[in-house]
Amino acid sequence: MTIDSFKFLPRIIATFYQQSDLAPELPIPWTPLPKAIEDCKFTLITSGGIYLKGNQEPFDIEREKREPAWGDPSYREIPFDIVQEDIAASHLHINTQDILEDVNILLPVHRFRELESEGLIGSLADHVYSFMGYQGFPPNSTAWRDRYGPEIAEKLRAQEVNCVLLTPA
Amino acid sequence: MPVLARTLEDAGFATILVTMMPYWSEKVGTPRTLGVEFPFGHTLGQPNNIAQQMRVIRQALNVLKTADSPGAIVHSDERWPDPTRDTIKAWQPTEPSPIIEQLGPQIREMLRERRKKN
Repeated sequence: MTIDSFKFLPRIIATFYQQSDLAPELPIPWTPLPKAIEDCKFTLITSGGIYLKGNQEPFDIEREKREPAWGDPSYREIPFDIVQEDIAASHLHINTQDILEDVNILLPVHRFRELESEGLIGSLADHVYSFMGYQGFPPNSTAWRDRYGPEIAEKLRAQEVNCVLLTPA
Repeated sequence: MPVLARTLEDAGFATILVTMMPYWSEKVGTPRTLGVEFPFGHTLGQPNNIAQQMRVIRQALNVLKTADSPGAIVHSDERWPDPTRDTIKAWQPTEPSPIIEQLGPQIREMLRERRKKN
């Protein structure tokens, strides 16, 4: 089946997106799997605006309310071993209710523990990472590309991570 | 997020992106993508639907394992179980986001103009 990227978007947003004339910068980067997936170490990154309740600052949605064309580019580092009760989310572009019910729909920490026990993947990093997906209008991901992406890459190297599952919200 | 996938791939990590918008994956040039026809905010499925979440994750790992050239996009056969109209309503915030609030009238006007021209 060929999936429809616009199926669940209100028409006004869909039509706007469909006008994009963006073309990929070539070459597309490529890192082959360094070993069998059963031996690889994984981490997870989402853009669902997830953070640790009472322990971390929410994403700056107050500034976004004042400056609608701006979106908070920062990220939160979250321990892999979290329980649902630790989870909060700040994101003005999605309904976060289901994330507060089950974080695994975006940050599948518990599913990956199960896969690790099954032996389908090697091991898990100490931390996972969460961004908030709205990066302003027009969208500007230079802070992700030039600052926060490389910063996380350093952290992943220190944890000897091989593979990353990314789940945009 | 395709931008982050590129950055991390470039830094020596093998990445797999799961997204409801493979359209953007293609536009940005993402190393490996699994597309799912799910609503926003629900990339891996419904809350507490462990079997569904696991099917998507296993497919994602399979793409990671088998994709052999940059820009690979696989479309998942998973279907969202709820009716489309209800789903469109359910994933959206209860209040329109500040940018939609601000630009909505402008975008609507732009679309109206374009329809007239066509």
